[in-house]
Amino acid sequence: METLSFSLRAERVLRGTGRQAIVGVVASGNLEVLAERIEDGTGCRVEVSTAAEGFGDVWKAVVGDFVERVSPGGVCFSINDGGARPDTVMLRLMQAARVLESAS
Amino acid sequence: MSGWSKARDARGERMSAAASLAKGKIVEAADATALLERLIRPGDRVCLEGDNQKQADFLARALIKVDRQKVHDLHVVQSGLVLPEHLELFESGIARKLDFSYSGPQGAALARALDKGRIELGAIHTYIELFARYYMDLTPNVALIVARQADRDGNLYTGPNTEDTPTIVEATAFKDGIVVAQVNEIVDKLPRVDIQGDQVDFVIQSPTSFYVEPLFTRDPASVTETQILMAMMAIKGIYAEYGVRRLNHGIGFATAAIELLLPTYGESLGLKGRVGTHWALNPHPTLIPAIESGWVEQIHCFGSEVGMDDYMRARPDIYFTGKDGSLRSNRMMCQNAGLYACDMFIGGTLQIDLDGNSSTVTPGRIAGFGGAPNMGADPHGRRHATDAWLKAGREASDGEQTLVRGRKLVVQMVETFGDKMAPAFVDELDSIALARKLDLELAPVMIYGDDVTHIVTEEGIANLLLCRGRAEREQAIRGVAGYTEAGRGRDRKAVEALRQRGVIRRPEDLGVDPLDATRGLLAAHSINDLVDWSGGLYRPPSKFRNW
Amino acid sequence: MSARVPERGSWLEASARARVAGLLDANSFTEFLGPEQREMSPHLSLFDLPRAFDDGVVVGRGKLGGRPVFVAAQDGRFMGGTFGEISGSKIVGLLRAARDGAAGDDAPRTVLLLLDTGGVRLQEANAGELAVSEIIRAIAEARRAGITVIALVGGKAGAFGGGGIITACCSRIVVSRHGRISVSGPEVIETNQGIEEFDSKDRALVWRITGGRTRWLTGGADRYVADEIRAFREAAMALGAEDAAPFDLFRLQAEQSRLEQRLQVDGDSRDATQIWTRRGLDEPERVGDMTEHDFVVLADREAPNHDAR
Repeated sequence: METLSFSLRAERVLRGTGRQAIVGVVASGNLEVLAERIEDGTGCRVEVSTAAEGFGDVWKAVVGDFVERVSPGGVCFSINDGGARPDTVMLRLMQAARVLESAS
Repeated sequence: MSGWSKARDARGERMSAAASLAKGKIVEAADATALLERLIRPGDRVCLEGDNQKQADFLARALIKVDRQKVHDLHVVQSGLVLPEHLELFESGIARKLDFSYSGPQGAALARALDKGRIELGAIHTYIELFARYYMDLTPNVALIVARQADRDGNLYTGPNTEDTPTIVEATAFKDGIVVAQVNEIVDKLPRVDIQGDQVDFVIQSPTSFYVEPLFTRDPASVTETQILMAMMAIKGIYAEYGVRRLNHGIGFATAAIELLLPTYGESLGLKGRVGTHWALNPHPTLIPAIESGWVEQIHCFGSEVGMDDYMRARPDIYFTGKDGSLRSNRMMCQNAGLYACDMFIGGTLQIDLDGNSSTVTPGRIAGFGGAPNMGADPHGRRHATDAWLKAGREASDGEQTLVRGRKLVVQMVETFGDKMAPAFVDELDSIALARKLDLELAPVMIYGDDVTHIVTEEGIANLLLCRGRAEREQAIRGVAGYTEAGRGRDRKAVEALRQRGVIRRPEDLGVDPLDATRGLLAAHSINDLVDWSGGLYRPPSKFRNW
Repeated sequence: MSARVPERGSWLEASARARVAGLLDANSFTEFLGPEQREMSPHLSLFDLPRAFDDGVVVGRGKLGGRPVFVAAQDGRFMGGTFGEISGSKIVGLLRAARDGAAGDDAPRTVLLLLDTGGVRLQEANAGELAVSEIIRAIAEARRAGITVIALVGGKAGAFGGGGIITACCSRIVVSRHGRISVSGPEVIETNQGIEEFDSKDRALVWRITGGRTRWLTGGADRYVADEIRAFREAAMALGAEDAAPFDLFRLQAEQSRLEQRLQVDGDSRDATQIWTRRGLDEPERVGDMTEHDFVVLADREAPNHDAR
């Protein structure tokens, strides 16, 4: 197992009022993302625990693009990864952000 | 005696030698090996029928038991090298030379045998290429074929799995070769005659029915959101844009996703009747919902599929069927239809290089080609026009030439990463490394880059028709290569410029929201749903059941 | 024919959370020990395996048709829905809370167990075995205390190993076509007894033996439902509204004699089709292939009616 941690600054705080969301499942080629609001302005954290070791640079690229695309300021994303591919990671991150945004 | 009938005379001698084993044309299963010893001579070209589906498996087992003093150094000329027995022929010295198309499950064993020098390889062909050579310089001396039923005159019913048989028999029987058929049963009256009895010399009832592999069944339960996203982009960005009505699909999950989205997403785009009406396609169970929803006018099949017989029998307006009601497939004819009468081939692959060449060879495996290279090639002999074909041609010509020829759409759908995070986009195809290692004259490339018109990944669509020059093409490919090394190595500015020109189209450029790509869009979620769509006519094999 | 897209919320396909959300009254669910608590397996990391924030089990309380219920749901996709130290303890705790009438005046009298499991988690076998035993005991104690425990089985992993035993200990069992209930899994039987005994790759056979239709027709389940979350909800509502049957010696003896009788009649059968043939069904080999509608019609006529368990 490998753990990775990314702290980024987003353009703006993520919209919506959802406090917490969990999407996905820990299975082969899949992952779960737990999104929680944090008190950090536009700061965004991504904490990864992954079964696939040695892909730190790919994670960095995916997380960077995600933050640029969605601007999820004030949110911490915690990930348990069963070896998902980057497109699946991006999709789950976007799904988690969408749940926070659309929660009433 | 003139010297003009040596082959016919030789055939006469072999037939006389074998006569005592037969009652009429019927030979007992116990005498199969003895029969082959009398019919086959050293160095003969032999076609032991087998393709990606049906197998003359009983005759294969009979052939490996021949006395090697009598039968050796055969030249095997057949579509599929698929059974372990096929390789055993070479291990034991019964066969020496090989020309084939497809090896599927034996891909790794074949690569090992080549590496050890057990096989003298003629060439790895595509299906119609090999069939063509049956009529040129690789005509079989002996064809060992497989059918469902025979009558006592040797007429054969090959039924839904007719596949290669007429092509093999035509070449063999009309050039003084010998045709031996294994059949599941011998009956008084056949449902219909697929092969005329006077082209068949011997018939053997095999102790067990011949093996058929269900090769085209994709369980909707395994279709992923990424594949659905790619399918949505393909439908909106290619099917709709070009108005593709006549086409061929590959057998991967991404194209299965397209089939399952036609009656849902395709319907919502108003495409029914405008795309996907005529098909050169095996009987894919995943197309059932589209057929039942009235999307499909006609399908011609290369082969059949386990479990689909009753469904196709009940849908004669859609499928080609005999007077008896059952499907008639024909690989040669369907390949021809796919080559000349389809405006698009769309299918998956395992690796694409930065010139767009693609291959399904992975390290240590030679899976062969099958039909994909012909489906995925622009046929320069085509002379009839359709809107889709002309539009593709115009895009490729940049409006500069006065004489515009059309182009076949050749679309590769590939997820940027495959199993175990293997990148789909690479600097050098594994097949090229393998060709070097095995000293092959020609690297096994499935589809050449200059034939590919579009690449669809979860990152978007690259339209290679619109690329001018190699550098642009490379950036277009890198631009949809996602987080692979090839993708991360892209020139961001160049890729953005290509996007402005519509060479690269992201999901958002197509109006597709990745978060809308959910399994809820699939017309069927499971094999069970497909059975329901078919009104219980589709009977999936046990391996696909979860009830 | 018009496009008829099955829009129906498949139980089989849904996650544990989606099943719970769809099963209970809208927005009535409150989770205990949610993923944000990060109560994860203390063992999986030793095997270099990824953990899940909820250890694959969702527990909590909510309402079903307005009545309060406790609910526990396994997700068969994480580690095969297996019983480990944490995932097992969450279910044990829930059952004990039900037994003790926790939550005061509005204490749930019903526990819904959404089982989707291959049995004990191999990587934490001792803790898992203990959890299974504790769950069995907790079910017995809860039932003694007048709580109805309903097993719902229709997930990909089925209810195998300890999950099969737990299912059989419940007050009521609801199953769908895809649900399987058994103790030894098909692969285990094949490995130990040979392919002649059980061909685990023959999926039609596996479902004929362990699948929901057979379980219902032989009295191994009380309700058979279509693979829809809505259908599970309706069945659970109907069963939850029944008065809990007394869980006493008389009832256990009735169950024992039902099982003995079944063994006597069908014990020598090699396949489910033999049982159907004995029952005089018209086309016994078609039972697995019938549409849900045809099967329900047949089963209404054929399924044994008993009040054991």
